[in-house]
Amino acid sequence: MSYARRALAVAWKDLAVERRSKETLNALVFFSLLLLFVFQFTLGGDRERLAAVLPGVLWLGFVLSALLALGRTFLVEREHDCWEGLLLAPGDKSAIYLGKLVGNLALMLVVEALVLGLFVVFFDVDLGRAMPGLLVVVPFGTLGLAAVGTLFAAMTANVRARELLFPVLLLPVQVPVLLATVKATEGLLLGEPLGAVAHWVKLLVAADAIYVVVSLLTFDVVLEG
Amino acid sequence: MAVVKTLGWLTAIGLLVGLVMGFGVAPREVTQGNVQRIMYVHVPLILASYVAFGVLAVASVIYLIRRDPAADRVAHASGEVGVIFVGLGIATGSIWGKPTWGTWWTWDARLTSVAILFVMYLGYLLLRGTIDDPERAARYCAVLGIVAALDIPLVHFSVYWWRTLHQPPSLMKPGGFTGSSSILWPLLINLLAFILLYAYFVARRVRLLRAEAEAAA
Amino acid sequence: MSFEPIVRAVGVRKVFGLVPVLDSVSLDVRGGEAVALLGANGAGKTTLLKILATLLRPTRGTATIAGHDVARVPEKVRPLLGVVAHGAWVYDDLTAHENLKFWATLGGLHADADDLTAALTGVGLDRVADARVRTFSAGMKRRLSLARVMLARPRVLLLDEPFAGLDQRAKKWLEERLEALKAGGAALLMVTHSFGRELGVADRLAVLAGGRIALDTPRGSLGADDIQRLYVVHAEETP
Repeated sequence: MSYARRALAVAWKDLAVERRSKETLNALVFFSLLLLFVFQFTLGGDRERLAAVLPGVLWLGFVLSALLALGRTFLVEREHDCWEGLLLAPGDKSAIYLGKLVGNLALMLVVEALVLGLFVVFFDVDLGRAMPGLLVVVPFGTLGLAAVGTLFAAMTANVRARELLFPVLLLPVQVPVLLATVKATEGLLLGEPLGAVAHWVKLLVAADAIYVVVSLLTFDVVLEG
Repeated sequence: MAVVKTLGWLTAIGLLVGLVMGFGVAPREVTQGNVQRIMYVHVPLILASYVAFGVLAVASVIYLIRRDPAADRVAHASGEVGVIFVGLGIATGSIWGKPTWGTWWTWDARLTSVAILFVMYLGYLLLRGTIDDPERAARYCAVLGIVAALDIPLVHFSVYWWRTLHQPPSLMKPGGFTGSSSILWPLLINLLAFILLYAYFVARRVRLLRAEAEAAA
Repeated sequence: MSFEPIVRAVGVRKVFGLVPVLDSVSLDVRGGEAVALLGANGAGKTTLLKILATLLRPTRGTATIAGHDVARVPEKVRPLLGVVAHGAWVYDDLTAHENLKFWATLGGLHADADDLTAALTGVGLDRVADARVRTFSAGMKRRLSLARVMLARPRVLLLDEPFAGLDQRAKKWLEERLEALKAGGAALLMVTHSFGRELGVADRLAVLAGGRIALDTPRGSLGADDIQRLYVVHAEETP
């Protein structure tokens, strides 16, 4: 099916460019390390305080990385006017959205795994019991961020004050995802089973579904010109 | 134009009646005193802003389907008036809250939701302001308007659960109106008056926007 | 050879903010015909090209391609177009081959490895097919752009300075390919502000000045000196 081929072509292209240039990946890794150091300086000494704020701090790290990654996702299209090429591509443009989404998700999940690993090592956090639950919550939360983030990134790509406007538009809309992921992560890290935070997970899934469907339906409008 | 003028007169009368009733006729609240009368302005402002954002969402959908610039103008104007009303609503809420509960702000469910609403639609106006091409601005803002509208129930649920689960419900409930008619009637009249005010502002703003669009062509 | 006009611009006006770039432009390009659009820098040639390419909307007037209004139904127009604009539409970190493959897939073309290689050979990039485009010169990137367009065999070509940056061999190749496309019924609009090889391929010359088409004439009726003179005269009329 041509739609799937085009979406895959876009995802492959983004990941290939990223793999070779490593621009975004380097920025994200460096940024995560920086965050780690800052958190250590401000919270590292007091284990209890750290445990209390860990879910928020972790997702703060994820969100800031997401802003960085998603904000740049259409930057590569601005060189050599590739954006025009995307505009003039025939057929359903939501295939481009899907490809971008897949590429962004892959990148964000890799960075999140890295950040999580760093947290475990440097803050001596025991993720053992929470891991199965986290493997559900983190991907769904990331999908929520990436779904709207990719749409808004396309909308702000060619606009003045892009770096300011993108987070200003994205963050208020993402409050449900942020609340759900932080509260669910908090519960899981306290040792609660996934069932105990099921309502947050359901909210996440509902939010993700809404965001992806709306984005797929409206991406054509954004890439009209 | 005649319609707009009539609307303006109705609004003025409605506001006059409503505010007189709220600040004069309605009974003085026992514990809070006269400051509670701000409720007659605060609650209608917030509710009228909900109307504004609802209209914005519907106008956005209509624009995307029919590409009628009039729908875009209505969405634009609704966004402006809505943001102003929410801002004033938050401000009057703070003024009410400080002497009553001792604090300008608290992160209870309702206030948090309204604050998020305010920032979301402020972003809507910002997006409008940064795009020069009017057709692209209309399209992008319509998409944003629809995403924001669909997000509102998610925001309300998540914030409500955040505040009420594993936590006692907030004590900061606006007023203590038990539905007695002496309080309800001024409230309803003011609500109607503020919705009329919203409609009047939107009507005038849409006319101005249309004139600007015609001048540019 | 002369078919119905595929590209029609009628009274096209474009205003950016308060600045009118195009006043009232009317131009036809028929199937099997190539038109060279001349004009000084800033005359609005690229703007007109972008309007026809559905990248900009006209403030007033209409432009249609194969009967479809470019402003109202761009999605019907876009599959018919081959566009070489100012930017080359290349990803620096992909190879020439990968770039071509990406655009072919995105365009819904069924181009296998042989088609891609043939296209690259035509523009003389077959030896650097697996080199990253970052290492290419501007001319090479432009040639890759042309390979992309040729692969699709479009019905309407909108070209911005197509011969710029090409060596003799590549110019000859492009000339032949454009003539072949013309013979197949395609409509060509080439924007240029120099007097190069475009004139060889062009059947008509049009001069854009003062926001309007100041001159629209068959190429054969004018000598090179005439063109140059008229060009300068009309360019001075630009406000």
